[in-house]
Amino acid sequence: MATGTPRMARLRFSLPLPSTPPLTLGDGAILLALAAALYVGAHLALHAPPVVEGPAISLDASALPWYAAFSVARMSAAYALSLAFSLGYGYYAAHNRTAERIMMPLLDVLQSVPILSFLPVVLLSLSVVLPAEAAAELAAVVLIFTSQAWNITFSFYQSVKTVPGELREAAAAFRFGSWFRLKYLELPFAGIGLAWNSIVSWAGGWFFLMAAEMFTVGHRDFRLPGLGSYLQTAAAAGDLRAILLGVGTLVAVIVALDQLVWRPLLATAERLKLQTVEGGHETQSWFHDLLMRAWLVRQLDERLWVPLMERLDRRWQDPAPRTAPAAAAAPRRWHVAAVVAGIALLLYLAVRAAQMLATLPLASWLAIAAGLGATLLRVCAALAIAAAWTIPVGVAIGVRPRLAAVLQPLAQIAASVPATALFPVMLLVLLRLPGGLNLSAVLLMLLGTQWYLLFNVIAGATSIPQDLRDTSALLRLPAAERWRTLVLPALFPFAITGAITAVGGAWNASIVAEYVEFAGHTHVTTGIGATIAQATAHGDFALLLAATLAMVLVVVLLNRLFWLPLYRLAEARYRME
Amino acid sequence: MEPAPAPGAAPLLALSGVAKAYGRAPRQFYALRGIDLEIAAGEFVCLVGPSGCGKSTLLRLITGLVAPTGGEVRYRGERLAGVNPHATIVFQTFALFPWLTVLENVEVALKARRVEPPERHARAEQLVELVGLAGFESAYPRELSGGMRQKVGFARAMAVEPELLCLDEPFSALDVLSAEALRGELIELWLRRAMSTEAILMVTHNIEEAVELADRIVVMAKDPGRILGEMHVGLRHPRNRKDVAFQAMVDRVYAAVTGRTATEPELIGTVPGALGITRRLPHARLEALAGLLEKVAAEEGRGDLPRLAQALGPHADELLPLVEAAERLGFARVEQGDLILLPAGHTYAEATIPVRKELISGRALRVPLVRWIYETLQRDDDQRVDRDYFVEALRGEFGDEAAAQVDTAVEWGRYAELFAYDKDSDQLSLEG
Repeated sequence: MATGTPRMARLRFSLPLPSTPPLTLGDGAILLALAAALYVGAHLALHAPPVVEGPAISLDASALPWYAAFSVARMSAAYALSLAFSLGYGYYAAHNRTAERIMMPLLDVLQSVPILSFLPVVLLSLSVVLPAEAAAELAAVVLIFTSQAWNITFSFYQSVKTVPGELREAAAAFRFGSWFRLKYLELPFAGIGLAWNSIVSWAGGWFFLMAAEMFTVGHRDFRLPGLGSYLQTAAAAGDLRAILLGVGTLVAVIVALDQLVWRPLLATAERLKLQTVEGGHETQSWFHDLLMRAWLVRQLDERLWVPLMERLDRRWQDPAPRTAPAAAAAPRRWHVAAVVAGIALLLYLAVRAAQMLATLPLASWLAIAAGLGATLLRVCAALAIAAAWTIPVGVAIGVRPRLAAVLQPLAQIAASVPATALFPVMLLVLLRLPGGLNLSAVLLMLLGTQWYLLFNVIAGATSIPQDLRDTSALLRLPAAERWRTLVLPALFPFAITGAITAVGGAWNASIVAEYVEFAGHTHVTTGIGATIAQATAHGDFALLLAATLAMVLVVVLLNRLFWLPLYRLAEARYRME
Repeated sequence: MEPAPAPGAAPLLALSGVAKAYGRAPRQFYALRGIDLEIAAGEFVCLVGPSGCGKSTLLRLITGLVAPTGGEVRYRGERLAGVNPHATIVFQTFALFPWLTVLENVEVALKARRVEPPERHARAEQLVELVGLAGFESAYPRELSGGMRQKVGFARAMAVEPELLCLDEPFSALDVLSAEALRGELIELWLRRAMSTEAILMVTHNIEEAVELADRIVVMAKDPGRILGEMHVGLRHPRNRKDVAFQAMVDRVYAAVTGRTATEPELIGTVPGALGITRRLPHARLEALAGLLEKVAAEEGRGDLPRLAQALGPHADELLPLVEAAERLGFARVEQGDLILLPAGHTYAEATIPVRKELISGRALRVPLVRWIYETLQRDDDQRVDRDYFVEALRGEFGDEAAAQVDTAVEWGRYAELFAYDKDSDQLSLEG
């Protein structure tokens, strides 16, 4: 997953650190629920139309602004959905202890699921209930939503949970109702986290948008008019001019949004920072300053925003909130009934899913296992290559501020292009080589993942305190010894954080990278992504269900049993704070 | 509910048998127990006591931020349910909303009570001026010094015209000069009745501050948090700290807070699990203890506690735990507000570092918690035990405090070179 944010360097994903064992009964229940949901999708897919006509994509330059607008509209719709979901879910989970115990583990599993693996099931099942075009649009938005929502939700939830105690008490002592508490305390406190995570989510969203816009499988063409399908059509036609135009437009759109939306937003959020001392680094944004000085903005603020807020405050602030602290409400009868019914439905669906899986011949299971193995090898290869170049380069940049000033903006622009957008172009070149698809699959994973590592390594290198570096210089430690005792331990937590995100991206990439229809030909290599795509193309829904489920299971297990312990070790022992 | 008595008849605030416990029945931990307290209109009352005696919790019970688990809090005769609408708090760390300006921070308190904009602005500006922050209305808290921030805290609290103003160590996060200036301004406003407040209740660990401001000082003790007694301060305002009567009062309060060193069995307590009370360890750093003993030794073996507190400067709140540690280890005893070195204390203060280590390892074993850990480790086959084992074992007696108690015991044991702690495995082992 390519993310093009200048802030990656300063942002560490705040993975939750549950104190529970890596796998719990609750996780099992959640995976069961996922299986049930997938079964419903696969079951619906049985009735999917056999042929879906895709849109005609024009390579004319005059069509580009429209395509760009369509793409941005899809992103915006998904982002709005993500934000609304995150605020609601995070708020509820933070304020309701019973709900919290179910909602947070659920989120934790959802965020480690490789989302692109759901694309075929979602597309096929939606195309049963909706016209193909609407199904594809909706699937794209849902897909982007599922890639964006989780980390924004986590961030908001954590912010609400960590509001300083005295501020919370002050709000209570001055009799803030829940609206006032949200408006004056929780939202401002969560502001920076929301802004950062929105930026990361938005950048990640491009990866999935491109994949969704160019998705074709068998006789079903689910492409959508947008920058992704433009680039794919241009590459298939070998039209170099159109490719350059498309990539140029994409970069221009990404840079413009960064300057006009995200930077001003971040600059605003940083004004809310809970800092006790003046100073420190603040985001500069010319557009933010321009807006703040604009006459029109000030007028809108005074005439519209302030009176509106005044009215809302008067309406929703209840100066005498419930006097007694709410006693734990006894569970109502219908409440219990609903839960029982839900569990029964879940079990029924899980049994049906198992029945569907039972129809699968042994050969298919072997194919799934082989596919998982092949994809795992590719993921490891991509990670190894990424580590091999990003660690030395990242450290070199991190410890030399002057070099960083020159190179970091370049790296950020390179990183801002979603890897999936470049994939058709890579195919154009690499498919001519022997083992071309295998090579391009690894390359796509690498392109998507290396930036996470690079920016995290730079951040890690920058975090090494100057006095420790001076000490190792004074001790005249040889280079190898210095790396062993200082640099690598200091990098460890950052590299692990980067690697966890990178690996998640690499698994996603396999769905689009291992099976491609390009310029009228179908290219396939061994892998779980290919298995899922082929099952979709051939209408083998039992295989589709089995392969998707297997992939989800393997990725979640790897996360819990391998990466999470490493992450804990890194946080407990090697964090320099 | 009983009918409210006529105004003037009842005290403003009355607590009877109030308790606050954490955890459930067998493993219950009392932060406060059996609290009876009355505050009348016109009074300025200070709560003093060692850390851990629950004085801040008591303040939160009185404002209704926390509900008691036993007894009742009555305000003007009515039983309190939820946040007390007639009381407000000034917080130790100011608790200003960092994203609001000075004026907005004051205004938001009025806004929450649905005061209309024109009146709201006017009142907020008036209050900002009253506390001497005119010209800083549009500044953000982070642009202000600590003293100025706390002035905003006061302005915000006064904005809602509370009958009962609660102050939670309001001056302890400020530098000495700002604190003194702000105290002067507070008492000035209070004495000339410039605020609508009828009574002030302040929590502090600074005894001189309490004597300077209060009409009445309530002394609290810990294990469980309870009220030991109270004293009326009859001094006239303005009070002069150099005054003999002032100093005598300070000494009396110190003597009440530190008490008199108890008899040895009572002082030391018993091993966890055995009959009797396992006493909590004061969270004191033993390396700082050496400094304290040296200082007292330099003063002929008898140190005046208020003066020792002054010498500690900004770390004055470490004094009481240190004094308690010195008592527990048998280095000193407390009498009439003075710390008096015992022979072992003299030896320790004058010894070289190796001799000190030897002395302290013997003394630390007198402390039941440390001895219990040491003996448990000795009995273990590989002399290595998880830290969690000790925490769990203490949970029955100390509740949520258990982990902190084990940490302090481990720190003492490490300092005395009795046992070692490995952070990676989270295990304790015998030293050497």
